[in-house]
Amino acid sequence: MRRLCAAAGAIALATSAFAGEIPRSDRRSGYDFMSRETRAMQDDDSANPGLLWVLEGDGLWNRRTGTASRACVDCHGDARVSMKGVAARHPSFSAAQGRPVNLEQRINGCRINQQKAPPLAWESRDLLALTAYVARQSRGLPIEVGIDQRTQAFLDAGRATFERRQGQLNLACSQCHDDHWGRRLAGNVVPQAHPTGYPLYRLEWQTLGSLQRRLRNCLVGMRVEPYDYGAPELVDLELFLMWRARGMTFEAPAVRP
Amino acid sequence: MKRRTSRRRFLLTAGGAAAGFGLASVLQVTPARATPAAMQEAISKVVGPAHVNTGRVKLELPPLVENGNAVPLTVSVESPMSESDHVRAIHVFTEKNPQPDVASFHLGPRAGRASVATRIRLADTQTVLAICELSDGSFWSGSGPVVVTLAACLEEP
Amino acid sequence: MASALINVPARAKRGEIIEVKTLISHPMETGYRRSQLGALIPRDIIRLFVCTYNGTEVFRAELHPAIAANPFIVFSTVATESGTLAFRWTGDKGFSVAESVAITVA
Repeated sequence: MRRLCAAAGAIALATSAFAGEIPRSDRRSGYDFMSRETRAMQDDDSANPGLLWVLEGDGLWNRRTGTASRACVDCHGDARVSMKGVAARHPSFSAAQGRPVNLEQRINGCRINQQKAPPLAWESRDLLALTAYVARQSRGLPIEVGIDQRTQAFLDAGRATFERRQGQLNLACSQCHDDHWGRRLAGNVVPQAHPTGYPLYRLEWQTLGSLQRRLRNCLVGMRVEPYDYGAPELVDLELFLMWRARGMTFEAPAVRP
Repeated sequence: MKRRTSRRRFLLTAGGAAAGFGLASVLQVTPARATPAAMQEAISKVVGPAHVNTGRVKLELPPLVENGNAVPLTVSVESPMSESDHVRAIHVFTEKNPQPDVASFHLGPRAGRASVATRIRLADTQTVLAICELSDGSFWSGSGPVVVTLAACLEEP
Repeated sequence: MASALINVPARAKRGEIIEVKTLISHPMETGYRRSQLGALIPRDIIRLFVCTYNGTEVFRAELHPAIAANPFIVFSTVATESGTLAFRWTGDKGFSVAESVAITVA
């Protein structure tokens, strides 16, 4: 009994000793952990399926909708100019909501308030297309979410979720992604979990998907009851992950295995 | 009495499992994967009674993939692609997917080059086979192995 | 709502071999997957892809479920004359998408 407690104590100590932010010089995108062929798929705009959603998003950007009969272009003009850097700065604080919102929520906010149209469902084709189109305009730019006194508490909540042991396996995200990145789990390399390329085309999904979809996948894999789409826990976690990836290059729409 | 019946049932099931998919057709169970025989049958449909030579067809495949849902494949044949000497078609097969056919690409002298690239699905670690038909009616084949791994954290528990 | 992306050089020299890259959105449902309740999801794939160059067929691909979702097909053709490269994808459930691209051959 005493030996077991000592062992548990040692493990607890070890975890706290190892757990910590990845030094900036060691920060690597999921891109760097992929095979040469998957990287080539992302780099070639004629081969990257994410570009199909960007193309659809372009169409939606210009389509009038809602009772206000307004298109995104009517307020925002050319997305290549107005949306440049936007995705790389989200989640960002929304005064109306009194909390940070992610890009999908920002788009739906516009739909409801400006276009007077119903919000688009999470992971719906149209929402993915618009998100992909907007995200594409930040490609190549550094990730830079703003943290100030308004968003600090949400960042801390996100960090707490990342470091908290959860679910049937009593696992914390940080245990794999801070302490054991680069090592293998069931034949695949554990990445550092930086959301550098969302929304992205995941080969596993055979379609484009959002960061929240991926986070829910992770939670299921960890045997944790996944939070609902749009849950504050998930948006706070998104905020933390984007902050943790600050300075890294935004790659959307990326391709991942 | 009861014991003998259950032992027979046990042997039948064990025998079925041991004999593998060869027995599947007898038991009328839909095979979860194609058999080498099914692949041969698919090839015969395309080639007919002609003999298939080995060579001339090159397959570019990653030796190991992180996901079998989208495996890049380039299949090419050295050929002048002239009116008198060209590749008519390239047919791709797999040995362990639920069905053996993958695709048939029809070319001709207007192609300029006998090279086609695409992305295929591989259900498991296996060999991909490509057979080309030349303008002189001959058939040539080439193959390549792929190891297929799977993600650790999947969507469905 | 199927979108297609086609990559072809806008201009080419006569006799030059040009590479054509095509990508179309389609789930390519194999017919082997099951829903959460165990029901088989029926096959729904693109079966045929044809490219014509000023009306003459220059490439044809017959596809099966083993072609990955959002089919990506790259082939080559000789730039013979200026005109139109037309592409058509057809498949299950009456799927039919046509796209065309102009090419200038000098």
